[in-house]
Amino acid sequence: MRRREPVAPLDYFRRWPIRLWLAATMVFLYAPLLCLIAFSFNESRRNIVWTGFTLDWYGRVFQNGSLLEAFGNSLTIAAVSTLVSVVLGALVAVGLWRFRFPFKPAFEGVMALPIVIPEICMGVAMLVFFSRVIPWPGGMPWPANLGAIIIAHISFSFPFVAVIVRARLASFNRELEEAARDLGAGEFRIFMDILVPHMRPALIAGALLAFTLSLDDFVITFFTAGPDTVTFPVKVYSMVRFSVTPEVNAASTLLVLLTILLTTIGLRLQGGPVASTQGNH
Amino acid sequence: MAATPLIRIEHLTKRFGGFTAVEQVSLDIMEGEFFALLGPSGCGKTTLLRMLAGLELPSEGRILIDGQDMSSVPPNRRPVNMVFQSYAVFPHMSVKANVAYGLKIAGVPEPERTDRVMEALALVRLEGMADRKPDQLSGGQRQRVALARALIKRPRVLLLDEPLSALDAKLRETMRFELTRIQETVGVTFVMVTHDQDEALAMASRCALMNRGALQQVATPSDLYEYPNNRFVADFIGSVNLFEGRLVVDEPDHAVIASDQLGARIFVDHGVTGATDATVWAGLRPEKVEMAHLNGAAPPARVGVPEGHNLVRGTIRRGAYLGSETVYDVALESGAEMRVLRSNVTRYVDREFAEGDAVWLSWAPRSPAVLLS
Repeated sequence: MRRREPVAPLDYFRRWPIRLWLAATMVFLYAPLLCLIAFSFNESRRNIVWTGFTLDWYGRVFQNGSLLEAFGNSLTIAAVSTLVSVVLGALVAVGLWRFRFPFKPAFEGVMALPIVIPEICMGVAMLVFFSRVIPWPGGMPWPANLGAIIIAHISFSFPFVAVIVRARLASFNRELEEAARDLGAGEFRIFMDILVPHMRPALIAGALLAFTLSLDDFVITFFTAGPDTVTFPVKVYSMVRFSVTPEVNAASTLLVLLTILLTTIGLRLQGGPVASTQGNH
Repeated sequence: MAATPLIRIEHLTKRFGGFTAVEQVSLDIMEGEFFALLGPSGCGKTTLLRMLAGLELPSEGRILIDGQDMSSVPPNRRPVNMVFQSYAVFPHMSVKANVAYGLKIAGVPEPERTDRVMEALALVRLEGMADRKPDQLSGGQRQRVALARALIKRPRVLLLDEPLSALDAKLRETMRFELTRIQETVGVTFVMVTHDQDEALAMASRCALMNRGALQQVATPSDLYEYPNNRFVADFIGSVNLFEGRLVVDEPDHAVIASDQLGARIFVDHGVTGATDATVWAGLRPEKVEMAHLNGAAPPARVGVPEGHNLVRGTIRRGAYLGSETVYDVALESGAEMRVLRSNVTRYVDREFAEGDAVWLSWAPRSPAVLLS
């Protein structure tokens, strides 16, 4: 008889029901994505039957001017809103961590509100705000015409950055700050030399999150976009309304690739020299 | 000793809300001293140290360093540097960058900066580690980095907050000698906070013992041990047998304390200058009590001690073998207990005393410390 190794308490993956569960999870998570990618290479116009391999759809994507423009818009919006969100979110987190001020709990709650508010409400609110309260002037040159969308994106992504950075700051050893002050550093030096390096993994994680949130946001963008400011998700949505062509698949595949690339870079940066900061107590 | 102290602390008080952490502390620390602030946790010693560094501001009183009032001088401008309890080595910087940090901020130009970094690393024996990151160092090495980083600014005073508490026992002993060596090499005044009396006694040239925010006694380690001011000091430093009694004789060259608690009279060879009949306490260190078998023999006589003084009978209740010595708890006829320490001069297997033995306990007239409070 074959000797079986006993299953250790934490050796979950050696039990077959758990393996099955894992396999099912993988299938439901990734099979749709794999289909999307596979059919972007399909010769047929229709997305149901495989007729042969082609790269034509990728060519079509790069010839589709309005799709490329939407893609460019999306990247610009994501880049700008990420940059602002990271700075704003980090400063909010430092302020909440460092200072005591009246109504601090209230401020903390309100700050995190955009995380929990349903997106559709945010969208409608933004629509009303930009059409009635402070209308964003139309007919401005690119990229100023994206202003309304960028502001909307910042408002829902900076709380994520703030929450992540705040959590990271909880592990900060205040003696590091005191040591820097003792060695002659002023407030600004302490912030740049000691606090920012400590926050770095959180800043990268926050930036990654803000970027992807912005890149694939549909609802809020839909309500704030004008006719001349179409983003990639909105454009794909309008294309799909006629038919799901492999062109959409190809464009989506490119977006998936871009996201994976950025995530990899982000994780690489995070796993760098600062990964061990927490262990220094 | 120089006439003017390097650090003069005057009536220093620190309150946090309704809690007084440091109360009316006045203290002089001389140039070149290795000074220890000693006390149980929460006694205010760390708060006092942080006020020296400028990390806390006093509620009352002031601190003078080199004759200059530090009240309005922020921490980054004081001639003082600190080694923190957690060492606070900057985790994202190399050893070299850590040590150079203070000089970089002070704007020391490059060739000199590197020279001084190498000099400081040599002082703490970390020459080969300049390019390592803190997470590649052991606890002891990280502490050396913190030391080099603080000393490189050539402070007048180096403050150390519980410098050895995070190290394991063996390393602690090594670092004791290292710290003393470094202090002797650089000649900087060291002020150390510790809750560990052994550490303070072994390293410091002078100690201040604190309790509940107030100074109890400032003295050399041996004076603190041999001539404690009060019961707290006697009890905190080492172990002590305390007996309450009445001062019945108080002459310039001798005094007698009658103690019901001990069940005997205590004769000491010096005057006490207390009011006769006042309540006093006699502190007897366990190693200063002598023990002899009772077995029908006459009590051991002592030169200069009147008969019946400094002598009690008891029964050994238990003995704890500690390797180099054995601690005995002896039950006295009065009901009190006396702790007696015997060096294991011979091998313990041939031990002289066993549990249940009846013994005489006696001590020399100069051994008890008479405490008025």
